[in-house]
Amino acid sequence: MTVLRLEGIAKRFGAIEALKGVSLAVSRGEVIGLMGDNGAGKSTLVKIIAGNFRPTSGQIFLKEQEVVFHGPLDARRHGIEIVYQDLALCDNLTAAANVFLGRELTRRIGPFRINDYPAMNRRAGDLFRELKSETRPKDLVRSMSGGQRQAVAIARTRLSNADIVLMDEPTAAISVRQVAEVLNLIRLLRDQGVAVILISHRMPDVFGVADRVAVLRRGNVVADKPVAKTSPEEVTGLITGAIEHA
Amino acid sequence: MPDSTPNQPADDLASAIGRQTNTRWSALLGEQATWVFLAAVVAAVALSLATDTFASPQNIFNVSRNFAFVGIVALGMTVVIISGGIDLSVGSVVCLGAMVQAICMNAGYGFYSSAVAALTASALVGFLNGALIACLRIPSFVVTLGTLSIARSAAMVLSDNRMIFEFGPDQALLFNLGGGSTYGIAHPVIALVTLGLMTSLMLRWTPWGTHVFAIGANERAAVLTGVKVPALKISVYVFSSMIAGLTGILEAGWLGGVTTNLGQSMELTVIAATVIGGANLLGGSGTIFGAIVGAALIEIIRNSLILLGISTFWQGAFVGFFIVLAVAVDRLRALRELNL
Repeated sequence: MTVLRLEGIAKRFGAIEALKGVSLAVSRGEVIGLMGDNGAGKSTLVKIIAGNFRPTSGQIFLKEQEVVFHGPLDARRHGIEIVYQDLALCDNLTAAANVFLGRELTRRIGPFRINDYPAMNRRAGDLFRELKSETRPKDLVRSMSGGQRQAVAIARTRLSNADIVLMDEPTAAISVRQVAEVLNLIRLLRDQGVAVILISHRMPDVFGVADRVAVLRRGNVVADKPVAKTSPEEVTGLITGAIEHA
Repeated sequence: MPDSTPNQPADDLASAIGRQTNTRWSALLGEQATWVFLAAVVAAVALSLATDTFASPQNIFNVSRNFAFVGIVALGMTVVIISGGIDLSVGSVVCLGAMVQAICMNAGYGFYSSAVAALTASALVGFLNGALIACLRIPSFVVTLGTLSIARSAAMVLSDNRMIFEFGPDQALLFNLGGGSTYGIAHPVIALVTLGLMTSLMLRWTPWGTHVFAIGANERAAVLTGVKVPALKISVYVFSSMIAGLTGILEAGWLGGVTTNLGQSMELTVIAATVIGGANLLGGSGTIFGAIVGAALIEIIRNSLILLGISTFWQGAFVGFFIVLAVAVDRLRALRELNL
């Protein structure tokens, strides 16, 4: 089942044409690697899917229903979650508070709405257990390892049972061991039926975890094929432009 | 951070998730506020022994009332500093609040309607601060430096730079609120404790409080997770200004007269109290308890110098020394932790 389909998405910033009619489809439980050089239009495309930008032209379909996003909250309501490159975590808050940031669970005491810490800690603990990550809900994110931080950021996406998770360079700045942890987390998401769009520069990660790879160059999709039918060499050629199209 | 749970490789995942690294005690000892509180207690005990005047009920009453005003304003400042900003306009807003209160009461309006006017005027300054900082992204230092000037100027324009000392029919109520006491505790001290508890509860137990800490640590993260950052920032500066305006009303009642130099350079003492109490000017950390303790410590230093017969010219040196010392001790501790 196709959960997300983009049709002829174009985006202009004044004279610059960042995307020139991108079409892409992602199915349930599929990991798609989105690759491309700096300035190829990856982050613009991600921001359009995430609701940060409105496309100049083109359509977005979720489960074959056309949607228009009015901001990132709107995209989130439609079941799209993003794991940002820097993870967007607050060091001074606990893991649970980070998971629930912006959508805290509260309970009423008289006229006041107060944070329901026990419920948030319990739910965050459940999510960490689901992700098989040894992350403690009540610990401050400041004292956590890279892998635990990733788990916190990913637990956030599980909170709403998102259909689609965008991951922006999740392995760019972490150690080898932690990369393996993150790739495992991605597989766990896939096994739960989540469609994962993995934006990455790192060829081994994409080939290690993705089902399909799409290559962007100068605002166009120049390749979109199963990982099994391509190779790192071909993808490198497509990214740099040595290979025109595949 | 010392780990209170031994790391056993066989640790079952569920029990590992169930534990917590920071215990209540290690968190408490890690707070700068705790150490400053101990310093204040030690200073107070030493002074009680060294002089027969410090521990007298009258002196304790005076000390507590004197620091209450700075302490109340520091509550709002703490929230602003946690959110990653600074509010330099508080001293001027104290003056503006007091002046609007005085002018209204002088014109024959009752205490409460005057207080509504004074708090509205203060809230407007806060709204202006917050809106410019949140929507135009002008640094808070610059915006509030501007409103520091504007608010005091407004107080001068409104009063024609006169001193106001007649407060109409509700004068007794105003004087009692600012200058009176209940069960031997000065009313401003009661206000400080009440507002301090309220602010503390708001920071600890509401989503608003969580978001204030969040934008102070990582504003982008807060935006990306859907926190309504502009509205939040405006609320923070409105809160700080209204607290300052309220302090102005209390000070008017205590002094029995309002001049346009009320609250002059008070913002610096307030920031000093907040920083001594452990608030980080980079944002993301700070406590209400710390701010109150910081305000108390400054007043104890001031008071002790007077009682010990040391020239008041030395006050600035001592207060400045403590600002740097408190932050330096905290930095040293943080550095040691990093090395571990």
